[in-house]
Amino acid sequence: MAETTLETPVETHRPRRIKWGAIGDHTVLILGALLMMIPPLLALTTASHDAVTIHREGLQLTLGDNLGKNFHAAMFEKGGFTQTVDGTLMLMNSFILGIGFAVGKIIISMMAAYAIVYFRLRFATLAFWVIFTTLLLPLEVRILPSYEAIQKLGLTNTYTGLIVPLIASATGTFFFRQFFMSVPEELAEAARIDGAGPWKFFVDILVPLSRTMIAAIFIIMFVFGWNQYLWPTLITTDESFFTLVRGIKQIVLSYTDSQIPEHGQALALAIVAMIPPVAIVVFFQNWFVKGLTESDK
Amino acid sequence: MKRAGFDTIWLPVALLMPQLLIIAIFFYWPAGWALQSSFYLQDPFGFGSTFVGGENYTSLLGNDQYKRVAVFTILYSVLVTFFSLAIALLLAIKADKVIRGAKTYRTLLMWVYAIAPPVAGFLGILFFDQSTGPLTKFFQMFGWDFKLGVDYNATATAMVIVAVWKQIPVNFIFFLSGLQSIPRSVREAAMIDNRSATGRFWQVTFPLLAPTAFFLLIINITYALFDTFGVIDALMKGEPGNNPMTLVYKVYLDGFRGNDLGGSSAQSVILMVLVLILTVFQFRLMERRIHYT
Repeated sequence: MAETTLETPVETHRPRRIKWGAIGDHTVLILGALLMMIPPLLALTTASHDAVTIHREGLQLTLGDNLGKNFHAAMFEKGGFTQTVDGTLMLMNSFILGIGFAVGKIIISMMAAYAIVYFRLRFATLAFWVIFTTLLLPLEVRILPSYEAIQKLGLTNTYTGLIVPLIASATGTFFFRQFFMSVPEELAEAARIDGAGPWKFFVDILVPLSRTMIAAIFIIMFVFGWNQYLWPTLITTDESFFTLVRGIKQIVLSYTDSQIPEHGQALALAIVAMIPPVAIVVFFQNWFVKGLTESDK
Repeated sequence: MKRAGFDTIWLPVALLMPQLLIIAIFFYWPAGWALQSSFYLQDPFGFGSTFVGGENYTSLLGNDQYKRVAVFTILYSVLVTFFSLAIALLLAIKADKVIRGAKTYRTLLMWVYAIAPPVAGFLGILFFDQSTGPLTKFFQMFGWDFKLGVDYNATATAMVIVAVWKQIPVNFIFFLSGLQSIPRSVREAAMIDNRSATGRFWQVTFPLLAPTAFFLLIINITYALFDTFGVIDALMKGEPGNNPMTLVYKVYLDGFRGNDLGGSSAQSVILMVLVLILTVFQFRLMERRIHYT
């Protein structure tokens, strides 16, 4: 405050005190931020060193000069046990799983939620309960029988087998049901008076109205799909279907089997696996927080 | 259901069909099958199965290894839930208070949400590396010969630390949004009534935050039970050996590596009952939670 023109202050200021409370708050927050930031940052700096250094000295604090080399090797050199899979292929599979899962889930659950909320159906309540019971049992609990089912259907090592069973839960349907319930009654009434049929109302009014909700749930579901580990581990044994998250252990193991483990390349791969979901969460933060806190899971 | 509903029959049926079909094939069929096969004993060489009634269950409950895994799972869930909730609550309170840099702090504290559990586990391997890991050295300073993957307690500690780290962001986001939804008028009234910040927290903020906290409690227990699979799998480096594991990991291990179909199914059913109880709690809390928000 450069108010030097006034010779005498109009009101008597108390001398500006140091706000110890605020300093304490910031200290806690900075420590917390460091706790969250340091591991991934160290992964990045370490990924820039050569295999021998990492093997001998472990995590590195400084940037080395092998960053490009390690990333290039991780993305384009064939690795794995069969020497047929590279990072680019796994990256593509991760995108197929993440986007396929999110889009599939949104379409299917929006349709179901619309049917449940907007139609006078005798079995609507029954359908509601049949669908919402699935919230009770996560895939991890029924993993073995689900695997058997996929195997009987001949869907192992297919994208269908990878994606569709993950959609078999009601999280999305529940979320859209809540939202549709909050849409004013008059909207459907008005649409009906104007002569719009139920399909037209859904496509032309309700879907555009749900844009923000769709964006929010897309982010949550994309991250969820991208980060799947157990299910892809069981369903994909063929390395050409490996996603980054599923493949990382195999790749790490095959790297560490060699004399000097290629931890630099493995870390580069881990960083590639982190970037897309982290980017989408950070850039679309407000939608993400909305989706997370309103979908209740 | 809306009052101003449409009357068509074929459209809603067609709209519901995909979801119902997927659920029938990939949910009800497998779940029913698990229940059924939990009462059978599979021949290890694949020659049929015999009905054994509740034997799979009774042999599980008499199995010391299963008991040990169950005890570890309970302890693990309690520790992961407690520490991730406590740290996140502290950070959320501070982030709610500061004015400068509030948005930056929020971003920095929540982005780890997007990191996959096995990737977090892989980072953990490097931090707990036997010869070079910084956290290994930290524990060695206290005279603890920390051996990841060899020493039971060391591996368990690493699993808790990585799982807590990975879970802080979710709790932070929920606590922060819970704090921010407390009306300004309530806060101001509390300021007048109670001069001590600690007193204000326990008498006003905490009760208002309780629904969020209860809800998060369930979310965190579910997380510790199921979603930590990747963390555990990564940290034991594919060698179960003498390492600690959770119940879900044991279902996977017995079913896929041990080929014990009946035993694994019985374990699945036990877990299903456990989740059922948790979910009933969750639904009841959700209804209460709506009152506050």
